[in-house]
Amino acid sequence: MDDNKPLIYMDNAATTPTRTEVVSIMSEYMTEKFGNPSSLYSIAGDSREAVGKARKQVASAINADPKEIYFTSGGTESDNWAIKGAAFANQKSGNHIITTPIEHHAVLHTVEWLEKHGFEITYLPVDEYGLVDPKDFEEAITDKTILASVMFANNEIGTIEPVAELGKIAREKGVIFHTDAVQAIGHVPIDVEAMNIDMLSLSGHKFSGPKGTGALYIRKGVKVDPLMHGGAQERRRRAGTENVPGIAGLGLAIEIAVNNMPEESARISALRDRLTEGLLKIPKTHLNGHPEKRLPNNVNVVFEYIEGESILLMLNRKGICASTGSACTSDSLDASHVLKACNVPIEIAHGSLRLTLGEMNSDEDVDYVLNAVPGIVQKLRNMSPLTPEELRTAQ
Amino acid sequence: MYNEKVMDHFENPRNTGVIKDADGIGEEGNPQCGDIMKVFIKVKENVIEDIKFQTFGCGAAIASSSMATELVKGKTLEEAWDLSNKAVVEALEGLPPAKVHCSVLAEDAIHKAINDYRKKQGLPLFEETKREHHHHH
Repeated sequence: MDDNKPLIYMDNAATTPTRTEVVSIMSEYMTEKFGNPSSLYSIAGDSREAVGKARKQVASAINADPKEIYFTSGGTESDNWAIKGAAFANQKSGNHIITTPIEHHAVLHTVEWLEKHGFEITYLPVDEYGLVDPKDFEEAITDKTILASVMFANNEIGTIEPVAELGKIAREKGVIFHTDAVQAIGHVPIDVEAMNIDMLSLSGHKFSGPKGTGALYIRKGVKVDPLMHGGAQERRRRAGTENVPGIAGLGLAIEIAVNNMPEESARISALRDRLTEGLLKIPKTHLNGHPEKRLPNNVNVVFEYIEGESILLMLNRKGICASTGSACTSDSLDASHVLKACNVPIEIAHGSLRLTLGEMNSDEDVDYVLNAVPGIVQKLRNMSPLTPEELRTAQ
Repeated sequence: MYNEKVMDHFENPRNTGVIKDADGIGEEGNPQCGDIMKVFIKVKENVIEDIKFQTFGCGAAIASSSMATELVKGKTLEEAWDLSNKAVVEALEGLPPAKVHCSVLAEDAIHKAINDYRKKQGLPLFEETKREHHHHH
């Protein structure tokens, strides 16, 4: 291993480094103001205040009322709670749930579980870019439909769904509308009022907050059963002693991310466009996801004739951290469910590469990656039995 | 995820390429599964005098191909036929459990190349014996 290699971290959709100022505030609530918010003495009051402040910070980021924000352990818990909670609380009105085949597994595995408990699930089709058609959504709604869950932006291909249009339709038809905004928050503007969103999931570590923290927005009046039973925390809707350091850290991180968003999104999307353009110069390389309606930080391409894990290993040797939708990185051996739903041929989907940019990334990083990737692709193509002769170089 | 031996064979694979006038060719896997290995052998007096491979697949598939070709080079066809995927994994000093199937790919491709050669020579084909198969495809 080359110890002098740089660290070019381009896997921000997987996680982000926690900001130092976030770590500082968390440390304060771990060591000095460590009281249990449910207790009566003054250091408990400090903890209560921290939780209240974070609730306002999260609410402000999505134009909600602080009373509509509930803290959780992350995006997975928020998705589970929103979907299971709304399904069971509203099952007298119907048993039909609408979602998409490109959701995160926190949504897909949850609706699969609900199916075993008597709920019916409709998976809306997506087009080659991963976009849902609002017309399909409207047509899928029946008098049994109680809930729809459509992600704000896809974690693999970065496609941003027409959430405001879907929210409007859901509202008109009386369907509860949940969106998993884990990848979108801090990158694109979100307004739960203007977009008619009834529930929204978010996760702290995707915007430089701590891992193991998240929140669920539940619009006032939406019936949702608790997922966690126990104490009276979070207004009796989510039991368990509050993760005060995590919540304080999440609050600060979301405030900074949203404040920085206009400038940072412009900077990152310029890097994204340059990176995409450079990668697409490699022959037989294609962009996954929508060319315009996509997250400012997401680049996802496929290189024909080669396999993703091999690309990642070679990138890692050059200090570049990235991701792939290739089967070989999971135990299932199935290629990415997202790429499959977008009708990317399976043999091509194996050669996908996802680079997700973050605050740490600069123009120099993009140059470094654009310099490294073509040689790696060529080396692997020279080795592959699928590569056409004209793409081979002398060995 | 992989040990240094596997990484060495992945990054510096031995015996890559094609043998244009190969005496036997074997291919195993399919692109939908994400793994294909193609083996070319040159045989002289029942010995694998030269062997080359092409692989489409993950790190374990490429490392297994490299190691398997190293292990059978210079061996008689009978000795090469007896090379098990277990021997490939051992020579690589281990593979993650989910990746063991990649070593089976190498064994199968070599078997196919050997029988392709035997068929072309009008010799009876070697028969596959029952073995522990971790192949998911």
